[in-house]
Amino acid sequence: MTKKEVLVLEDLLGSNKKIAAEIRTKLADKGILTINLMSSPGAGKTTLLESISERLSPELKMAVIEGDIETERDAERIRAKGIQAWQIITGGACHLEAKMIGKLFSEIPPDLDFLFIENVGNLVCPAGFDLGENLRCVLLSTPEGDDKPKKYPKAFITSQCLLITKTDLVPALPFDIEQAKKEALEINPKLEVFAISALQGQGIDLFVDYLIQALHKQRRDNA
Amino acid sequence: MHELSVVANLFEILEDKLKDQKGKRVCYVKLKVGLLSGVVPELLKTAFDIYKKDTFAEDAELDITEVPCKVKCQECGTIAIKEDYVFICATCGSTNMTTLEGTDMLLETMEIEI
Repeated sequence: MTKKEVLVLEDLLGSNKKIAAEIRTKLADKGILTINLMSSPGAGKTTLLESISERLSPELKMAVIEGDIETERDAERIRAKGIQAWQIITGGACHLEAKMIGKLFSEIPPDLDFLFIENVGNLVCPAGFDLGENLRCVLLSTPEGDDKPKKYPKAFITSQCLLITKTDLVPALPFDIEQAKKEALEINPKLEVFAISALQGQGIDLFVDYLIQALHKQRRDNA
Repeated sequence: MHELSVVANLFEILEDKLKDQKGKRVCYVKLKVGLLSGVVPELLKTAFDIYKKDTFAEDAELDITEVPCKVKCQECGTIAIKEDYVFICATCGSTNMTTLEGTDMLLETMEIEI
């Protein structure tokens, strides 16, 4: 019996990163801005998408990929708004991976403007997996507490945008929006921060404007 | 617990390399895991031990070296290890920091029987 040492030096998430890079290129070539939404369960990702669908002007087209451990419920909520939605049921897996998005690729219409991917509700695991998005947004709802960015740093460090959600509940909670912003900006100074209430509509138009600007910038850069 | 997915990817790489080398089994695996990679080394070991049963790596030992998060200030060039994940330069106060290492997971070497 002979033993041999083999030098490998390979990224353990290399295959996911490769598929994600291909998805990113193909979607950007079609002029689509892809947004990965990450948060704890119940932070308001689906409600935010419903609210965006109501405010997006008719000439802009969005679609949604929903990731959940079980049920088609979120996709049904989005479809009820007249928006195309696909449900990925992970059957226990705590995050989406690029290959799951890749399987849906042929169904994505080329005339889309925005493709939202609502990740599995989990503030830890999804952060490690690139899905080929152009923009990663993390949601932090006010009932969760303003101390979460440093407790779950990776989700905040790898995002470009932070949405503090359910701001309508602030009067009833010991949640300090400025403190949450400060914590998040300390670990990621480049974060764009929006404070929103999807139920009451506060801040949604600003966020939609931000997405439209990001879409235009991407199309200019790709031209 | 996404460590099992990471281990599944690891096994794909191990199997490929084992075939390339025409080896029989894997007996030692050395990983470098960044502290900001999002996985917990201890859980990675547990996942590895679950996954390896009845495979070509059944008796393999897993060795994990943890890599701290190292950043460089783009303004003044200071290089520092960040344990608190506060990405503000302690020397000049700039927030223009680039991460040099500590975010990836790498299969560094493996030992096989041929």
